[in-house]
Amino acid sequence: MENLLWILLSAMVVNNFTLALFLGLCPFMGVSARVGTALRMGMANVFVLTITSLCAWFLNSFVLPHAPYLRLISFIVVIASLVQIVEMVIKKVSPTLFRQLGIFLPLITTNCAILGLAIFQTNRGYDLLEGLFFALGAGLGLTLALVLMASIRETTELADVPDLAKGTALVLIVAGSLSLAFMGFAGLLST
Amino acid sequence: MNDPRLVVDASPHLKGAESTPRIMWSVVLSLLPVVGAAAWWFGPSALLVVLAATLGALLPERLLSRRGTLRDGSAAITGLLVGLTLPPGLPLWMAFVGGAFGIVAGKLVFGGLGQNVFNPALLGRAFLQAAFPVPMTTWPVRDGASWWSLCGDNFALPLMSASTADALTGATPLGRMKFERVPTDLPDLAFGAVGGSAGETAGVIILLCGVYLALRGHLNWRIPVAVLGTTALLTLPLHLLDPARYPSPQFMLFAGGLMLGAWFMATDMVTSPVTNLGAWIFGAGIGALVVVIRLWGGLAEGVMYAILLMNALVPFIDRATQPRVFGTRARVTS
Repeated sequence: MENLLWILLSAMVVNNFTLALFLGLCPFMGVSARVGTALRMGMANVFVLTITSLCAWFLNSFVLPHAPYLRLISFIVVIASLVQIVEMVIKKVSPTLFRQLGIFLPLITTNCAILGLAIFQTNRGYDLLEGLFFALGAGLGLTLALVLMASIRETTELADVPDLAKGTALVLIVAGSLSLAFMGFAGLLST
Repeated sequence: MNDPRLVVDASPHLKGAESTPRIMWSVVLSLLPVVGAAAWWFGPSALLVVLAATLGALLPERLLSRRGTLRDGSAAITGLLVGLTLPPGLPLWMAFVGGAFGIVAGKLVFGGLGQNVFNPALLGRAFLQAAFPVPMTTWPVRDGASWWSLCGDNFALPLMSASTADALTGATPLGRMKFERVPTDLPDLAFGAVGGSAGETAGVIILLCGVYLALRGHLNWRIPVAVLGTTALLTLPLHLLDPARYPSPQFMLFAGGLMLGAWFMATDMVTSPVTNLGAWIFGAGIGALVVVIRLWGGLAEGVMYAILLMNALVPFIDRATQPRVFGTRARVTS
């Protein structure tokens, strides 16, 4: 139990996917203008990462021992198509949830954070439960980074930013500053 | 306006004598004793490093910002604070780069004074820590050397490796506690006879300067009180449980950069919460993060990161502690 909590916190804060490992930067830059949108994007990430973890565990346990050369391609294809199917099911079953998550799902299925999670999970030899906690931590970490970024961007909206730094430039500088601040967690929970 | 009978003017009509430049310059003045203590303990090296960092902050502010912003003194504070948080043996060009990075990436890109998110001085230092980790953690020891001797290779050329052959180095009290479990005597810690960054060792002087500023009303006293109080309260039970592994609260308060950070950096008016409740939350968060990073993290010192992390949370704290508008029931939602 303690081990699982460890994995969760480590993936969420210490080895934050966005701010420490620089994965999943596209939604971090692209969908972080508003706190509300960022939060929903984060939730969609949690959802897809959890599916990814399940898929990776399934493939690692039943398929890849017989065909190890298929690792990368099978991760990508299986995860992407499963998310598409789940998206269709959600659209049919719960239109409200679809409106909340739906538009983001296709955006993140081909994200590097997703493939990164599958590969990390495989390399570290996590079992099903550990993988799920890892995915949950990674997803919450992405949500944390997205929401922090969005709240900072909302406050800088009224700032007198020079033309040179407007838009993406400022976002990149804020992202770098956040990443510098998260360096303080380095080495935490490592024992 | 010699005849005061009829003055037609827009509000506000009651004006105090306080202004941004006045507050900023009084902060600069109250930092001078700290600079003095740095010079006393580390000799000319400390003065040179502080000077280089200050020039590094002032130059881009003069070149890239609107005219006249130098006069408000905020860039001078940033430069002084960057310099005071650096090891005195640091090559001067690195100190210059740190000050310049803090001002440019920490303040000017956001549009200047009052609009930045992160404390510029700490951002400059965090940048140096990430870019030059070895010189930034080389702490000189001055046992018996004359006051005039330098603490390290201050005059190394830019991008050349500094010679470290003739400098005596040692660990900071926090490093010794963390990696060797050797505590340091309190008087040495409080008055500064220990290794460390140029301006962080003389805890008592920083405390006095900070209290002076708080009495003048130039900083929100709730923030340093919350930072120091949380740090002490969280450390006390741990210390009582296992004195060999966890340091005492007074050690935590006076070791490293906690005093300087709590009084001069966390209280930066731009990057701290607006409301008083927010200030308490902000300070307590810094204290808790400092304890977590110092006691369980991979680094010996965490004040800089703790303040930067809480800076990032300030928009949230401000939103959550927004006061109720008089006469209404619900909070105003933005």
